[in-house]
Formats: sequence, C-alpha cells, structure tokens
Amino acid sequence: MDLEPEEVEKIAHLARIAVAADELDALNTELSGILGLVERMAELDTSDIVPMAHPLDMPQRLRPDVVTEENHRDAYQAVAPATANGLYLVPRVIE
Amino acid sequence: MMSDLHLKSIAELSAGLQAGDFSSVELTQHFLDRIERFDGELNALVTLTKDQALAQAEAADARIRSGNAGPLTGIPILHKDIFCTEGVKTSCGSRMLDNFISPYDATVVTRLKDAGVVMLGKTNMDEFAMGSSNETSFYGPVKNPWDTERVPGGSSGGSAAGVAARLGVAATGTDTGGSIRQPAALCGITGLKPTYGRVSRYGMIAFASSLDQAGPMTRSAEDAAYLLAAMAGFDERDSTSVDRPVDDYVGQLNQPLEGLRVGIVKEFFGEGLNAGMSASMQTAVDELKKLGVETVEVSLPHSHYSVPAYYVVAPAECSSNLSRFDGVRFGHRCDDPQDLEDLYKRSRGEGFGAEVKRRIMIGTYALSAGYYDAYYLKAQQVRQVIAGDFRKAFESVDVLLGPASPETAFRIGEKSDDPVSMYLSDIYTIAVNLAGLPAMSLPAPLVDGLPAGLQLIGNYFEEGRLLALAHQLQQITDWHQQTPSGY
Repeated sequence: MDLEPEEVEKIAHLARIAVAADELDALNTELSGILGLVERMAELDTSDIVPMAHPLDMPQRLRPDVVTEENHRDAYQAVAPATANGLYLVPRVIE
Repeated sequence: MMSDLHLKSIAELSAGLQAGDFSSVELTQHFLDRIERFDGELNALVTLTKDQALAQAEAADARIRSGNAGPLTGIPILHKDIFCTEGVKTSCGSRMLDNFISPYDATVVTRLKDAGVVMLGKTNMDEFAMGSSNETSFYGPVKNPWDTERVPGGSSGGSAAGVAARLGVAATGTDTGGSIRQPAALCGITGLKPTYGRVSRYGMIAFASSLDQAGPMTRSAEDAAYLLAAMAGFDERDSTSVDRPVDDYVGQLNQPLEGLRVGIVKEFFGEGLNAGMSASMQTAVDELKKLGVETVEVSLPHSHYSVPAYYVVAPAECSSNLSRFDGVRFGHRCDDPQDLEDLYKRSRGEGFGAEVKRRIMIGTYALSAGYYDAYYLKAQQVRQVIAGDFRKAFESVDVLLGPASPETAFRIGEKSDDPVSMYLSDIYTIAVNLAGLPAMSLPAPLVDGLPAGLQLIGNYFEEGRLLALAHQLQQITDWHQQTPSGY
C-alpha cells in the first residue's frame, strides 16, 4: 500500500522526528515498501488465535513494595545535556 | 608459542594462565597488538579500552596467583557497544549516543567482570541493533575479514568480525531477529542466542524488548559454553528474567546424543536458498549423522509469515523504547531549540540515522489510533501461530536444523538502498525470536571461499543440548577452525 504524503508528515510528527520536506517522497516509498511486506500477514486467518503476550507465557513478576534503589541523581545527570540545581533544563514551556 | 595465543581455545588459555605459561597481561597485550595491526581496516571496534584492559589483566593475574580464579579469569574479550559499560562510551552505533558515557554496567558486563574477564573494547554494530550488514552504524561499516569488500552481517557485525579475525578470544552479542546468528554465519564463527529470559537484558540498550536476548560469539561451541555459563542466570533487575537454575553447559558438552532426533526444516531448504549453501548444509547433516543422531524432515508451515510479523512487532516496540531519546536526559541535543517540540524533533532527527527513523515511524504508524488491530494485534496472533509450529515440531524431534542465512556475505552497498531486501537476510532466524527459542549458528563448509552458517534450534532452555550437539560435531570436523587468510 502507498501512504499519502500527509500521512508521512503525520507519522513523523507523532514520532517527534524532524524530516526535511525534500526527504518526504523517498521516505514515503521506503515506508510503503515495508508496509507492503508487512501486509502479507493479512493472508493468514487468525480469527480464533489468542495474541501472544509473552514467549514463555509467564505472568509479570511482583516484588514487595519497598524502596530498593539508591539515589544516583548526580551520576545520571552528569551525562545530561543541561541541568541546574538537580533539575533537567528544557526550553520554557509555561509563559 | 606466544605468537599463536589467538588461536587457542578458552580452556587452553585458562590452563596456560593457571600454569603460569603466560600472564593475562601478556595475553591482553597480544590481542591489543592484533587490534592495532588489523582494526584500522576492519573497523570492528568503536572504542578501545587499552588502559582498563591492562589494569583488569593485572588484577586477573593477581587473582590467578591467589588461587581463586575461574575458567574465564584473565581471558580478553570484546563487548558489543549495546551493553552499558560504566565510565566507558556506550554508543549503540548511533550519533544519538556518541557522547554517552554510561554511569553503570549492564548485568552481562558485571557477570563477566566478576568471572574475571578482561574487556579489550566495544564493538561496532548496526545503529541500535537495527540492520543485517553493519552498514547502518554511525561509525561506518565493519569489513568482513574473509573479504573486506563484503559485510560481516549484523547487527553484531563488529563482534563477529572481531572474533573471526581473532581480535579477541570471544565477544558478546545480542539477537533480536538474528543479530548474533546471521553475522556469526557470515564471519564463520559460533554464535548462540539463548532462550528469551535466560540472560538478563538489564543495561542492554533496548530495541524490541519481547525479542532481545544477549549471547556469546566465539570460535567454538565449547568456548560458547564457558561464556554462556557466566552470562546466564536470574536477575531481579530484568522483569522478564527467568528464575530458573542455569545448566552446567560445560559439563554437559559430552552428553550422549545417540538417538537424538534432528528435524530438517523443509521450508528452510526451499527456493531462495543458494545452491552452494544447500550443499554445505547437506555435508554438515551427513557429518551429524555420524554422531548417531536420527534426521527427519519437519515442517514449520507458517515460517514465511515471520518476517512480516517481525516488521510490526520489532518496530512497534522500538518506537516505544526509543522514545526515551528526547534530548533532555542523555544523548544528542540539537543546538538552540526554539521550544520543547523543536527540541524533541530536531534532537531525534539529527541523532538517529535513516534505518532507525524508518523503524520508529513504521512502529508509530502500526500503534497509532485505528491501525492497532490490523498491525500489532494481528502480528501478535501470527506470532502465536509461528510459536505453535515450533511446539508441534518439538513433539516429534529434539532439535531443528537449517541454514542460518540464505546466502554468504554480500557486498558492502549491495542491499543498503533497499530495506525490504535487507530484511529478507534474516528469513531463517526471525521465527526463533518470535517464539523465544534458543538457537545457534556454527560454521559449515565454506561456499566459494566464504563462511556458511548451520543453524540449530532447540526447545526452551535446551541451550545445553544445542551446545553439546555443536561441540561434538566440532570434534569430528574442522570447519570452526577455518580462518580468514592474513589474520
């Protein structure tokens, strides 16, 4: 199937990825090619099949509700692009 | 004798270290010298950790002298650059993480450190493990040591090329759709993807969390057994880690195999398989029969749906996992963002390469409102059908067999412009990940001078049996000792 040009722009927006206008056509061709491959699944009747949730059919493990992590804030913020007073800095979001 | 240390097995090296024939510092320096000599051309490593390696080797020598060394103490290996390594750049092959110095170690790294291994460096890989040729790396393609105009496979291409060229005794890799087995096949080494949940994913940068598994890439099944024994085991930091004892992989290598039933997967020998590859597999099957195993033909009738299902499940999970790369907490941040949305979009647009962006967008589309049932839900149903094929096959056989890759190493650039043709490189490996099964690739006879990989697939948690079968085959054949000339 082929995507509409505006669909490619919408997907890029949802994925929060900047795509230059002159890249959209090539990207559309590539994404449509991949979707064409994927759509071969439609041949298979899966109406009575339970979707696989986990390869080993395992339930999610639970643990006691106690604090186990130590504070690593300084170590983790050492690799952040911009921090101040223990906070991550981003462009202003509230005027 | 010191000049051929790179040709020795882990067991031989360990015995030599214990006996004092050579030290870990000498062994480590031997591999550092080889990296310096050969890696300029191969590009298998993105980071060389020379000083740390020599310090770890000194510590290993002290541990050996003190009498509490294990079989891996002092053995120099390479880590795929997907594993977080404290204080060392962990790039995942991406511009996004080119500036990322990990603040902690992955569990796989910690376990191997505890066993006393020496880390020589971090290996090149397809960006975020998305690729089958190592061409999507921000750091440029890795060359296959068998023919430097060809790809090593991917995504663990640097690990495979590094082991094939003997730049390290062994390497770690990860396999989401074939990323250990396909490069192992194309580079002529042994690679094992364990059962989903057998090896901790903690600190292993996530691509598709329901498929990702770490495993060893080595010169032999015996070496793989030593590595897997150290890597495997329960980890409370990975919520899908399986709490189940680890088998004695090394101790089980010589388990009796007479009467073992090996199923030849019919669909893996159909059209699309190169004729030379088919002959190579047949020779391997003939040798296997000498071990007293029985072979029968089996069918995985829905295996041709595995690539389509995978290219929904993996991108969907990747679009979610890679949303963490936002230019805020770590990784690449664009210059002078105008607002928060601009920060996200340009940081991600600049930080990710083309293949990663494609997969994130396919996943985003598949998960978006109105498309979930047609794509993600459908793919999880197809996945159940594919797992059912394996369940049925394992009712009548113990191990499944086929090629790991439809062809030998292709030329650099040959498939890089056509994503769909690249995706079909993993046609024989992907079903295993969808079902969560263990599988390995081991060297079969060369095809036109290039390596071919024999794939063995086991039932859940039967890594020990796969390793035993591979090991015993390697005792009566020498395909795993084939080395690329010049290295």
